[in-house]
Amino acid sequence: MNELTQIWTYLAEEPLLWLTATLIAYSVGDAAFKASGRRPYVNPVLIAVTLLAVVLWMTATPYQTYFEGAQFVHFMLGPATVALAAPLYGNLSRIRRSAIPLICALLAGSVTAIFSALGVAYAMGLRGDILVSIAPKSVTAPVALGISESMGGQPTLTAVLVILTGVMGAVMATPLLDRLGVTDWRARGFAVGVASHGIGTARAFQVNETAGAFAGIGMGLNALLTTVLAPVIVSLFL
Amino acid sequence: MILHLTTILVFQLIGETLTRSLGWVVPGPVLGMALLLIFFMAVPRVAKAIQPTAQGLLSHLSLLFVPAGVGIVGHMDRMGTDGPAILLALLISTALSIAVGALVFSTLAKWMGAEE
Repeated sequence: MNELTQIWTYLAEEPLLWLTATLIAYSVGDAAFKASGRRPYVNPVLIAVTLLAVVLWMTATPYQTYFEGAQFVHFMLGPATVALAAPLYGNLSRIRRSAIPLICALLAGSVTAIFSALGVAYAMGLRGDILVSIAPKSVTAPVALGISESMGGQPTLTAVLVILTGVMGAVMATPLLDRLGVTDWRARGFAVGVASHGIGTARAFQVNETAGAFAGIGMGLNALLTTVLAPVIVSLFL
Repeated sequence: MILHLTTILVFQLIGETLTRSLGWVVPGPVLGMALLLIFFMAVPRVAKAIQPTAQGLLSHLSLLFVPAGVGIVGHMDRMGTDGPAILLALLISTALSIAVGALVFSTLAKWMGAEE
């Protein structure tokens, strides 16, 4: 027993343990997602985060210790953000062909997402760094974390809000757009990508190929636009 | 592969350096993405070569934000009091944004006759 405690004490301080735990938790989440028939509310990230949070709590491990291992995964967010240039470039001709509806929908969707989130949160009595952390929630996670951090928000809170927004968008998009009578797959996909980033985009690809491609465009362009808009809109509420 | 990954890291480094030295609020990697996109337009050959590496990085995008997501453990007391308000804000704003974006796109596309 004493030996086991010693081994635990050693491992708990090393990056290996928590790096492995992160990958295992994500694999479990991904397996559950696939087993459910890829239902959007069975989100692999949400499952992984919950599992790891429970393990940290049960073993009384501080987040800093966990992060020392997990930072190797976290680091890849930066290069992945830069890599988003590739799918954007691949869709340039599509962007050019429907440029005007696309740019207007991007502006309208992006401003609505930030402004209405901050408006409701403010009306419900939320103030300060929580508002800052909410502002970039429609943007793909690596960019949202960067925006939140550079504006003085809580990146860890933003990460969870981004995931929740993605899941909400993926679940509500089809019934909502059917009710509104929007039949243009480009419009449907693009709006979902702008409002709920990668998780919404993955859902759009399941429904329709064109919708998926336009969701990807929406996600990429909104990452750029929100970077500029969020600080301006946030300043109205502080 | 190594060369492509290096290109991506170099653009991130340029982005980080520029935003920090100019004091911009834009995250370094986002500026790196914008610069890489411009670079692709100037030299299309490079875009084609980097495509597989970029796809590899992006195919596991959701794994990459698990570590940050676990940081929620540090906000548990806050989520207890502010959780419902935050969830309501996210719900309303996501629905509104999808509806507004889709309606603007489809209405303008119809007016202009812009086909796929």
